[in-house]
Amino acid sequence: MIIAVASGKGGTGKTTVAVSLALVILEVQLLDCDVEEPNSHIFIRPAITDTEAVPILVPKIDEEKCTSCGRCSSVCVYNAIAVLGTHTLVFPELCHGCGACSYFCPEGAIEEVPRNIGTVEAGSGRGLKFVHGILNVGEAMSPPLIRAVKRHTDKNPVTIIDAPPGTSCPVITSIKGSDFCILVTEPTPFGLNDLMLSVEVLRKMRIPFGAVINRCDIGNRETVSYCKKERIPILMEIPFRREIASAYSKGIPIVEAVPEYRGRFIDLYKSVLKLQGMNQS
Amino acid sequence: MKELLVISGKGGTGKTVVTGAFASLAENTVIVDCDVDAADLHLLLSPTVKEAHLFKSGLQPVIDEERCTRCGTCRTVCRFDAVTPKLSISHIDCEGCGFCANACPEQAIEMIENVSGEWYISETRYGPFVHAKLGIAEENSGKLVTLVKQQARSVAEESGSDLILIDGSPGIGCPVIASLAGVDCAVVVTEPTISGLHDAGRVIEVAKHFDVPVKVVVNKFDLNEEMTQKTEEYCRNNGIAVLGKIPFCESVVRATVEGKTVVEYDHGEAKPAIVKIWKTLEEELGV
Repeated sequence: MIIAVASGKGGTGKTTVAVSLALVILEVQLLDCDVEEPNSHIFIRPAITDTEAVPILVPKIDEEKCTSCGRCSSVCVYNAIAVLGTHTLVFPELCHGCGACSYFCPEGAIEEVPRNIGTVEAGSGRGLKFVHGILNVGEAMSPPLIRAVKRHTDKNPVTIIDAPPGTSCPVITSIKGSDFCILVTEPTPFGLNDLMLSVEVLRKMRIPFGAVINRCDIGNRETVSYCKKERIPILMEIPFRREIASAYSKGIPIVEAVPEYRGRFIDLYKSVLKLQGMNQS
Repeated sequence: MKELLVISGKGGTGKTVVTGAFASLAENTVIVDCDVDAADLHLLLSPTVKEAHLFKSGLQPVIDEERCTRCGTCRTVCRFDAVTPKLSISHIDCEGCGFCANACPEQAIEMIENVSGEWYISETRYGPFVHAKLGIAEENSGKLVTLVKQQARSVAEESGSDLILIDGSPGIGCPVIASLAGVDCAVVVTEPTISGLHDAGRVIEVAKHFDVPVKVVVNKFDLNEEMTQKTEEYCRNNGIAVLGKIPFCESVVRATVEGKTVVEYDHGEAKPAIVKIWKTLEEELGV
């Protein structure tokens, strides 16, 4: 079973929920798919046992074979190849690695070579299996790296995905294929606005979901009313407490800092299982 | 004319709260929301939309079922798993590269223009506002950010504005890189947590990579004074100015609930801190 933890708005508590949920499940794997700003490792402190560089394939032109016919640049919609006179120039940062240029080159003058965009690290810590990706600074495209993190999914029996914020490609890539998604939000106008966007995403992707309302005692009641109106199950509410904020700031998981939360996260897991229609094993 | 961008690396550190407060303090400014993925600044500025435009992000394949012989070439060549085993296009996965259309031996795939969002020029009580909404589960947010910024520049030129004030996205990927292009200064809003410092460090590296000068604001600094000191130490060691620190203050949420900026909402300790930060910034930017 794959449980994704996501939110439209950043900083609502995705990592807090993903980490603590993982820590109350006996056999579990945690994948941090927020490769732009991975934070789960701060709380898990894993011992990394495997490191792999993740490349995408970009074109390399064999100047001797190239006749500057321009076919490659005409099939590249990303403007990553340009022919100037007798020179064919490649702009690797714009390349999405689709491979069309090399396929259509009539001279066989284009070889695809790997260009690293980031690193995937795997290991274990606090009794769970852990994998995350780290996007190289200056790289724009995170989905290929997110896919590389997700190739480690073992679903044996539970995989938890800590997703990036937002509603576009990095989020879609992260939560695709999940059996359930926990949307973490806060009861503020920003939290509600972005929750509504996330709900649209999940409905479009046909992934079942429920909400966790973090800092439930700040802001207003509109987020709760919205969930009720839309029949979105509220799986858990976490109040604002300085001790929770302080533990977070030091990289301490909430289930460790405030022991009563162990039981609350076990209940959260049970609610997810119930909504998933599975028998608890 | 100067361009000022507010970013953070980590989400939820207070970018939009700070940008909204700056908007109510700045004069002769064009305000921009470049967080096209999950835009929130409009909730503080209550814009009146003057112009709405469609955002055409690129091309998407459509299969002509009559011509298709189900040979599967499209599926073989696609690197993004966007052609399903039943040979239909999964638009969520498609990156619009057009490889399938070019490779189809029957020319049964047409690439058609995809509308994936809208962008707006609006009026607010603090001046013109350029913003956008990316469609749900769409891509090309970087391209939309670039478009929104170009529009903001022409609005600023027409109205003779002194400043373009931009609210950015979290993260370090394509929308952030697009928003950094050509700005005079990036203000990184961070919070005193290990995660906040870790993420601020990464986005600062990205800004440096693109030669954009960086200044730092520590929000909710009193939630962990030790981490605040570490953040200041990090900035000192890397030659980055700390513009100021904002205390944790419940009035920030209350202001947001009322659809007001912190500066308009006349309570709490956050307001004087932000006003002071803005004065410093104004002097340093020379606006």
